[in-house]
Amino acid sequence: MTAAGTATQDQDRHTVSARGITKAFPGVTANDGVDFDADRGEVHALLGENGSGKTTLCKILTGLYRPDAGDVLVGGNPVNFRSPADAYDAGIFMVHQHFSLVSSMTVAENVVLGWQRHKGRGFNRRQVEDEVARAAERFDMPVDPRAVISRLSVGERQRVEILKAFYRGARTLILDEPTSVLTPQEAEQLFVSLRRMATEGEAVVFISHKLDEVSALCDRVTVLRQGRVSGSADLRSERVDARGLARMMVGRDIAFARRSRSAPVAEGDPALELRYVSALDADGTTALHNVTLSVRPGEILGVAGVAGNGQVALGEVIGGLRKRTAGEVRLRGEPLPPGNPRAASDRGLAYVPEDRIGTGLAPGLTVADNCVLKSFRQRQLGRGPFLVKSRILARTRRLLEAFNVKGTSESLVRQLSGGNAQKVLLAREISSAPQVLVVATPTRGLDVSAMESIRGLLLEAAAAGTAILLISEDLGEILDLADRIAVISRGRIQGVLDADGADPEQVGVLMMGGSLEDAGASSL
Amino acid sequence: MRLRSEIGVPEIRFEKRLKPPRWLGPATPPIAVIVALAIGALVLWASGRDAVDIYQRMARSAFTNPGAFSNTLIAATPLLLTGLAAAVTFRMKVWNIGADGQLMIGAVLAAAAGTFFGGRSLAAVMALMILAGIVGGCLWASIAALLRVYLNTNEVLTTLMLNYIAPLILFYLIFNSTSYWRDLSTQSARVFPQAKTLAEDAFWPTYGAAAAVPFGFLLGVVLALALYFVVRNTRFGFQMRVSADSPEAARYAGISTGRLLILVMLLSGALAGIAGASQIGDVSHRLEPKNLQLATFGYTGIAVAALVRYHPIGIVVSAILVGALNNAGFNLQGPDLPLGLIGVNQGIILMLVAASEVTARYRLVIGRRARRGDRAPPPEQATLEPGASPEQGTSDGTDERPRQDARPGEDS
Ligand SMILES: Nc1ncnc2c1ncn2[C@@H]1O[C@H](COP(=O)(O)OP(=O)(O)OP(=O)(O)O)[C@@H](O)[C@H]1O
Ligand SMILES: [Mg+2]
Repeated sequence: MTAAGTATQDQDRHTVSARGITKAFPGVTANDGVDFDADRGEVHALLGENGSGKTTLCKILTGLYRPDAGDVLVGGNPVNFRSPADAYDAGIFMVHQHFSLVSSMTVAENVVLGWQRHKGRGFNRRQVEDEVARAAERFDMPVDPRAVISRLSVGERQRVEILKAFYRGARTLILDEPTSVLTPQEAEQLFVSLRRMATEGEAVVFISHKLDEVSALCDRVTVLRQGRVSGSADLRSERVDARGLARMMVGRDIAFARRSRSAPVAEGDPALELRYVSALDADGTTALHNVTLSVRPGEILGVAGVAGNGQVALGEVIGGLRKRTAGEVRLRGEPLPPGNPRAASDRGLAYVPEDRIGTGLAPGLTVADNCVLKSFRQRQLGRGPFLVKSRILARTRRLLEAFNVKGTSESLVRQLSGGNAQKVLLAREISSAPQVLVVATPTRGLDVSAMESIRGLLLEAAAAGTAILLISEDLGEILDLADRIAVISRGRIQGVLDADGADPEQVGVLMMGGSLEDAGASSL
Repeated sequence: MRLRSEIGVPEIRFEKRLKPPRWLGPATPPIAVIVALAIGALVLWASGRDAVDIYQRMARSAFTNPGAFSNTLIAATPLLLTGLAAAVTFRMKVWNIGADGQLMIGAVLAAAAGTFFGGRSLAAVMALMILAGIVGGCLWASIAALLRVYLNTNEVLTTLMLNYIAPLILFYLIFNSTSYWRDLSTQSARVFPQAKTLAEDAFWPTYGAAAAVPFGFLLGVVLALALYFVVRNTRFGFQMRVSADSPEAARYAGISTGRLLILVMLLSGALAGIAGASQIGDVSHRLEPKNLQLATFGYTGIAVAALVRYHPIGIVVSAILVGALNNAGFNLQGPDLPLGLIGVNQGIILMLVAASEVTARYRLVIGRRARRGDRAPPPEQATLEPGASPEQGTSDGTDERPRQDARPGEDS
């Protein structure tokens, strides 16, 4: 085979490539001479710590950012994307974490929305619906083209985004942390579809911090570190397990902290107590029904459940963001007024909400402002009605350092990488030395080493006497950290188990709405 | 198969600039003014006039003639204050378009204070007039604020309606009643209704030698600076910034959004009310219902604020610009230059300055196909337009450039 022959073969293989891509933002080089290829027929994982430049690289490949140096190649030829529309034309699509669907429209309408192929000719609903249904079948992604988006689950919405891409002629699909919002079942389904796409000769680029998934799903991995490619592996020829991938990413073994079972069982009056709490969703359906829970100081109570079973409402009711329709919430023995976030935080509640950007953080303000989002009233941060900037900055710097956040106090939160924004939120809440800490999915979007340290910090906080309500869809995390497990299903607590010796199968039965008798466990 | 060229429609679209050049933001308004003057010149020439001559006369009557700059500042004063009033609420996405009515009610109370307390020291009268103006503006604004917070009525509608009611009150006080405000001291005043005039020693002072700067203007500048400082450096301003950025985050942070909304509306009403007081103290020295109604200061103030994206310091500059245009227009109108033509020129300038904000962030693309890779697209796609997809540019909220909603906390 001649050299030229190999070259053309290479060109045929790569759908999109990066050559020497460099991209700097004020203060950071997000990409530094990155080479990357997405090949036909492969699922290619992009790994790296928080802020290592994964999202930035993908945004460059899809025309959302322009590189400072280097080339994006399509079919071996340099292209100059000036907008995402140009990348669409070249068949490259990215599914972002925040979907861009119009929730009052149907699946088919969303698929063609803004797609000018139908401009001037009207929109042949029937034809589009057929085409969407065909694409759905091809990739094994069942979805009803006539369904209205607002009625779909997160997983189904993601499918619509993916179908939209293929309807518009995608040959390369880039998914930025697609599984962070999915239930394990939905993730399994997604993997089947992604494998199908690869078999059909499309290219899939997959970003994830869940290394088990990557090891099971992907054909190749490329690891970024501080903007450079620091390693790569072909998983088809050498199996690398999650541990191995973690070592590639951070250069050492990761050891997740676990709750030590010998620790004395927490004693004393509950720091957080819910009695017969009910609440509604925005559409008037029941979100919580007669929820009764209690957490003692120094205890971690895990709330396990399939996503969308009332976890969001649970956090919001305690945090005061949502009014309860019945029942009582007590913080350190005193009843909390409903719908009053300030009263809750004044009495020592820290709360990491499910919705980070937009609720837990103000994205258009600086990191420094966000670090004092709740504590701006504190006397020591200012003088009388004035805030003293140097004091805010001092506190911010302390938090950034302690939580290893990549970013400056003057960066806007929306400019941080996903994981770093998450760290800012956790830093602010955990370090406020709360009496009670309610955390929703604390490690979502964090890289393995950050996950390791956040887990350690939660355990430390509990050891120091904080009562922690850990709401998570990651059962493994709950089993590792919690003292007791409350299982929630359709807004009801199905049962509370001792985490010691809890059997994941039993928990699974409860999660699906079974009772403790079905699960064959003894209640506490 | 239809190619665009077959249909013969050139493709025109806006594309978000991936990386707007840094200089573009601050440079756009001046460039826009220059371009607008050029377009305005074409209009003047087309109507058979000497544009250069007219522009020179405009510049003279706005700035360089004796007393011209003072008149410009007098015209700018109410716009500065109502501009600040608009900016305070608009930044927080509370649409108080009621500065017009708030100004009038402020003027009513200020006029009463001025005549009632006349004869005391000037400083005392002025303080009382300003206070009265604030009370009037707050009163009028509070109606809409309370309705919004407690009954969830749309503040755009309520403030607009209140703008219709306020002049009716003014007319009633002067033309349809024998109220305290009405001058009944002479026979002619009883036949031709007019308002009481302030005692001369209650007229607000002016400062400066080269040009007389009205007190109201200085007050406006001080308030603009104060506002800028308050938003950046106080706990109250912090709450405003958080709410402006994300109401949900504000609630989460324990900020009482309803209370904040009321406070901000009151602040806005107070600023508009001060504009009313300044009209009485600086300019007319008595309540003039017709003039106040025709002036529409409150609405122009919205434009003044929007031109600089609600930046308080910027509002000082844009109020002077718009004040100069109004002043020059007023002086120039005459047989050779109809008011309509002046209005056209003013409109061109304001429109281009406003539009220039878009060009700083977007780029106009005409007829250019996207540059693409050489990969032959699948046949059914060869005719596709590059789709302006909904996610374009908004992707996941991490824009490359910090958002440029002028926020007093930033230099934009
Ligand atoms: N628009 C922006 N403005 C300024 N800095 C940015 C911007 N976007 C990204 N950065 C910076 O570039 C670096 C890389 O960010 P990127 O989002 O690519 O990380 P990532 O690998 O996707 O991380 P994560 O796993 O946390 O999502 C970060 O330090 C981030 O702060
Ligand atoms: Mg990312």
